[in-house]
Amino acid sequence: MPASSSVPNSAGRFGDFGGRYVPETLIRALDELSAEYAKARVDPAFQAELDDLLHHYVGRPSPLYHARRLSQECGGAQIYLKREDLNHTGAHKINNTLGQALLTIRMGKKRVIAETGAGQHGVATATACARFGLDCVVFMGEEDIRRQAPNVFSMKLLGAEVRPVTTGSRTLRDAINEAMREWMNSVETTHYILGSVVGPHPFPVIVRDFQAVIGRETIEQSRQQLGRLPSLVVACVGGGSNAAGMFYPFVEHTGVELVGVEAGGRSSQPGDHASPLSYGQPGVLHGSYSYVMQDEDGQTCDVHSVSAGLDYPGVGPEHSYWKDAGRVSYTCCRDNDALAAFNSLARTEGILPALESSHAVAKAMELARSRPETDTIVVCLSGRGDKDAAEIARLTAS
Amino acid sequence: MPVIDQLFASLRAQRRKALMPFVTAGDPDLEFTAAVLAELVARGSSLCEVGIPYSDPIADGPVIQASYTRALAHKIKLAQILEMLAAVTPRLTVPTVTMVSYAIILRHGLARYVADAQRAGVAGAIVPDLPVEETAELSAICRKADFSLVQLVTPLTPRDRALKIAASSTGFLYYVSVTGITGERTELPQSLIDSVGWLREQTPLPICIGFGISTPEHVKKLAPAADGLIVGSAVVRRMAQASTKPRDAVLRDVGDYVESLIKALA
Ligand SMILES: Cc1ncc(COP(=O)(O)O)c(C=O)c1O
Repeated sequence: MPASSSVPNSAGRFGDFGGRYVPETLIRALDELSAEYAKARVDPAFQAELDDLLHHYVGRPSPLYHARRLSQECGGAQIYLKREDLNHTGAHKINNTLGQALLTIRMGKKRVIAETGAGQHGVATATACARFGLDCVVFMGEEDIRRQAPNVFSMKLLGAEVRPVTTGSRTLRDAINEAMREWMNSVETTHYILGSVVGPHPFPVIVRDFQAVIGRETIEQSRQQLGRLPSLVVACVGGGSNAAGMFYPFVEHTGVELVGVEAGGRSSQPGDHASPLSYGQPGVLHGSYSYVMQDEDGQTCDVHSVSAGLDYPGVGPEHSYWKDAGRVSYTCCRDNDALAAFNSLARTEGILPALESSHAVAKAMELARSRPETDTIVVCLSGRGDKDAAEIARLTAS
Repeated sequence: MPVIDQLFASLRAQRRKALMPFVTAGDPDLEFTAAVLAELVARGSSLCEVGIPYSDPIADGPVIQASYTRALAHKIKLAQILEMLAAVTPRLTVPTVTMVSYAIILRHGLARYVADAQRAGVAGAIVPDLPVEETAELSAICRKADFSLVQLVTPLTPRDRALKIAASSTGFLYYVSVTGITGERTELPQSLIDSVGWLREQTPLPICIGFGISTPEHVKKLAPAADGLIVGSAVVRRMAQASTKPRDAVLRDVGDYVESLIKALA
C-alpha cells in the first residue's frame, strides 16, 4: 500500500507501527496531552503564537542554501542545504521544544523534564523553559556528557538541572529510560518534552507536526529558488525527528525520492552500528512498536555511533511505516564517512555540520556523484557542529 | 478453573489474605531463584511472582532495575528461566506468575509465550507495559488457555477506565499503590484504602495491592482492604546479598522477612 500522510489513526498507529506500550500510570497524562494537542492544532491563537516565536525567536524560515563548492567537489547533482543549523540554539530541536513548551503551559504544568543525547534537545528544552519560566530537568547519559560537554555547560547556564544517567550504556536510550521513570513519579505536575518522533502515542505525531515546518519551507523555497521540487531529499535518522519533519510534507509528492541515513558506526556487525531500519526488526522499545535492535529474547542491544544524537537502538514508528510502504529508502553511513563529510563541508563551504547531520551530508555527496548535474539534492543540515569540535579533535588525534 | 481463580476462591472462603512476593529470575543465578521460590512457599506465601529480567524496565525503581542488570549481565535467556520454572513448579504448592515486559512476549510470539510458560507450570502473566487498549490479542490467547492475564490500575486511573480494566483482567487485579515506580516507601497514600474499597465493590475480581509495600505495619494496614499484597523491592534487595554472603543465610533472611509479613496479614 502506498504511504499515506493521514496517519496515525486515533490509537497512534502508522500502519502496524506505533501504539502505546507504557505503564498504566502514564496513560492519563498521554490522554491529556492528546486532547490538549487536538485543541491546540485547530486553535488559530496557538498557531499564531508558535509562528511568531519561530519567526522572531528562532529566526525562521531557515535558508535553503546552494552548496556550490561542495557540489563541484562531488561533480554531479547540485546539493542544497536546509540550514536548520542556523536556528537559535543551533539545531532543528527548538522547533519541537517551543511547541511542546506552549502545550505544557496550556496543560497548566510548570515543570518539564527531557532526555538528551547530543545535548541539542537538552539545550533547546532548557532554552524554551527559560523563555517561559518553566522548571527544567534534563537527563543525559554519562558518556554523552563527556562527548558533548559544551552543551552541558549551556544547559546549566540556561538554568536547567542536568542529571547524569549512569545505567546501561550511559547514552540516549538510558536517558530516555530515566526520563520516563522520573515522569512516572511526577506525571501530575510535569510534562515530558520528548525530543524525537519516538515513544508512545501521541509523541511521534506531535513531534513530527512541530518539525514539519522544515519540509513545508523546503517545498516553498524549492519552488521559488529552483522552480521545481528537488529530485532527492536526504536527512539523518536518530530517533528520526529532523527526517520526519523534512519528509512528511513530501510524502505525497511521489516524484521526490526520500533517503533516510542511519548511523552505520564501525561495521554492520551487531553492536557496531545504530541502524535499526537497516539491520533490525520490528519490536517494542520505549512505548512504541517499530524497528529496533534487539536480541532473540526482546532485550534491547547495545549500539554504537560516533554521533551521540544517532546512538540509539530504536527509531520512530512512522519511519518503519515509510520503510515498509517503500516511500522512503533507508541506508546508513559509517563513522569515518561522516567524519570525512564533516571535513569536506567545513573546507568547501565554511560550515561546520553537527556529526549527526554529517551522516546525511556524506550520503548526499555519494548520491550526487552518481546523478546528473540537472538533479538537485536537498540535505537537511539538522544542526551545527561546534559541539563536536573537541570530540572530533580527540578522535582524529588517536 | 484457572489455578489463580481457585487460589482466591479458597482464600476468600477461609477469609484469608494472600502475601505474594516478587523475585527476579537469575539474580545472581537460576539455582538461587529456585531455592528462594521453595523457601517463600515453605514460609507460607500464597503466590510467587517471577520477574523476567528486561533491559529497559520503565516501571521499575533502582533495586529491581539493578537486579535485572545483574541477571542480564550473565546472559540469562528466557528459555533457561522457563526451564528452571518447569523443574521447580511441580514442587511448589502455590501458583507462579511471570512479571514480563511486552517487548519480550512480542518477540517470543504471543501464543508461543503463553504455551511455553504454561508448559513450565506458570499460571499467568503481569505485563506492566501493556495498557488495556493494547491487550485484545494477548487477552484472547490467555483466555482460551486458562492463563491469567493480570492487569494494573493506578491512583491516576479514572474510575470508568478502572472498570474497563477490571472487566478485561483475569486472575486478579493489580492495584498500584503509588504514582511512581517500584521501590520501598516509608509511607503509602492515605486515599489508597478508599480507592481499593470502591473498586472492590464494583468487581468480583480479587484485588491485590503492590508497589512500595515493605513493612509489617504496611501489611497490617492494607490487608483488610484487599485480597492480597505484593512485595517486590524489599525481597529483591535481600536476595541481592546472595552475591556476597553465604546463600543459606540469605535464604533464611528472605524467609524470615516474608514470614514476618505473613504474620502481619492475620
Ligand atoms: C543536530 C542533530 N541532528 C539530528 C539528531 C538526531 O535526532 P533526530 O533523528 O530525532 O532528528 C540530533 C539529536 O540529538 C541532533 O542534535
